[in-house]
Amino acid sequence: MLKRNQLYQLVVCRFWETVREPAVLFWGIVFPVLISIGLGLAFSKNSETKFNFVIAQNSPTKLDSLLSVYGQKGTKNGKEVFVWTVEDSTLGNTLFSFIYFPWSDAIVSLKRGESDVILTDSMGKTRYHFDPFNAPAQLAYTKLSALLQSPTHISTAPQEIEPLTLKGVRYIDFLIPGLLAFGLMSSLLWGISYTIIECRSQKLLRRMIATPMKKSNYLIAIMFVRTIMNLIEALLLIFVVWLIFDIRIQGSMGALVVLFIAGNVAFTGLSVLLSCRTSKTETGTGLINLVQMPMMLLSGIFFSYHNFPDWSITAIKLLPLTALADGFRAIFNEGAGWLQVATPTAALFVMGLVCFVVGMKWFKWQ
Amino acid sequence: MFEIEVKNIFKAFKTVQAVSGISLSVKKGEFVALLGPNGAGKTTLVEMMEGLRKPDSGQILIQGKNWKKDENELRQIIGLSLQETRFPERLKVEEVIRLFASFYKLGHERVTQVMGLVGLEEKRKALTQNLSGGQRQRLALSVALLNDPQILFLDEPTTGLDPHSRYDLWNILKELKSRGNTTLLLTTHYMEEAQSLCDHIVIIDEGKIIKEGQLNDLLHPDAPNLDELFIQLTGKRLTDA
Repeated sequence: MLKRNQLYQLVVCRFWETVREPAVLFWGIVFPVLISIGLGLAFSKNSETKFNFVIAQNSPTKLDSLLSVYGQKGTKNGKEVFVWTVEDSTLGNTLFSFIYFPWSDAIVSLKRGESDVILTDSMGKTRYHFDPFNAPAQLAYTKLSALLQSPTHISTAPQEIEPLTLKGVRYIDFLIPGLLAFGLMSSLLWGISYTIIECRSQKLLRRMIATPMKKSNYLIAIMFVRTIMNLIEALLLIFVVWLIFDIRIQGSMGALVVLFIAGNVAFTGLSVLLSCRTSKTETGTGLINLVQMPMMLLSGIFFSYHNFPDWSITAIKLLPLTALADGFRAIFNEGAGWLQVATPTAALFVMGLVCFVVGMKWFKWQ
Repeated sequence: MFEIEVKNIFKAFKTVQAVSGISLSVKKGEFVALLGPNGAGKTTLVEMMEGLRKPDSGQILIQGKNWKKDENELRQIIGLSLQETRFPERLKVEEVIRLFASFYKLGHERVTQVMGLVGLEEKRKALTQNLSGGQRQRLALSVALLNDPQILFLDEPTTGLDPHSRYDLWNILKELKSRGNTTLLLTTHYMEEAQSLCDHIVIIDEGKIIKEGQLNDLLHPDAPNLDELFIQLTGKRLTDA
């Protein structure tokens, strides 16, 4: 009897279509896990910091004599380089690398980003040449000038630095809730919008409504299967990062589930709105990117949006992806409960419903 | 009473008058061809009869009922295939037919039956993306036949097919005709298709009917076939080839 039920058949077909597409499985399930492992490892290792300097001079200076004592001679692309390593067990070792170039080549190497600072000598004093707006170059200058002041002092971390290794303050802790939100958004935008537009462009939508099929069942099936896929993707990601990085959900599990559903509603509504009229997949791709790209860059998925100018932050906070990512972060890392995420949850629900209603009003079935 | 009655239909798109004042009637069990070159307005006309487009003016009655009031009822009794329907590429033949069967609350027996009818049993596990053009058209036909429609609309069912596949499809339709339960309206720009399948032929050009009648009445020594007749009527050929 179930086999004769159209909603059941629509769901089954939608499911097969989704899992038979290897790209969907890769981008939806494998890719988020890979990127979180990759970024997590890259940012959690206590790695060495390396600064690259170019020495643009010929006559021997104070720096040259220091290098002959502390520097380790090596070669890079056939050129002679000196590496001066300062060990530090707390902040990680710092490597100062020096290479000799004539002035014009030194400028080229700076432009290519191969080096941070150019050094010259003026009457026995070291001169630093770098872009003052370039933060790594500034840091390189600060570090080197301090080192040259007291080269014999084997630097360990000052006593006042107390490394924080609490749960929830590492970069990976910041990243995972953001990736979860981003994965949810992109899987819905592509999974729902693109499916509907493709269906319309191939006249399949028109063929289906020429039968006694209930239109609502068609949309329910797409949304249902997508939500289930999102749930699987999220659970897998949460499991993997717990296993590798020991990330735990510190806040309310119930609030997380409701926020997750609110996110699904918000981006499902948005997807239906985006795909309500066009039958060109090119237009659809453009529309989806138009919505997705700004949010990916602005909503603080990979790096905090607090680095953006103050005036823009109010606007950024209104983006649905910001609300979702910040809400996830609050629950994961700050132990937030129902009350703290009530506003974003409600806002996402409302946004989704409004988009859905407007989308349905404009929806072109053929 | 006629199965299909079309009364003085007009339909314009932004820059084109697609259908300008067409009237026609189809009797129960009759096989009718709408014959005309590409762009004659055949698809627009047939899609209005299928309730997929609204005419600007005029009236369309299917078994005396109209699309506005009786859409649900009419959807149950008609079957159709659109020009170039593409089914979901990653579904198997059987899954597509089963999906459409569920829209009519039909079960496994009917799915197997129509697969047999169009000769797709061996392909039932094949993904639709791996089907040939002829197999795709047969799949579209099987979906159109699922509900054992009283009225069947086929829009260019054999366009783009090789002669062999076309012949196969004609045989399925002839078999349907011999059973006499179905009224068929098909559009085509192949005169052979109209001649071999249909009792009544309606020749359309530029949104108007320029001639209609039984095949024997239309042909005469000066116009021994429909292609010649069309050239006499319009000065153009039916197909570009």
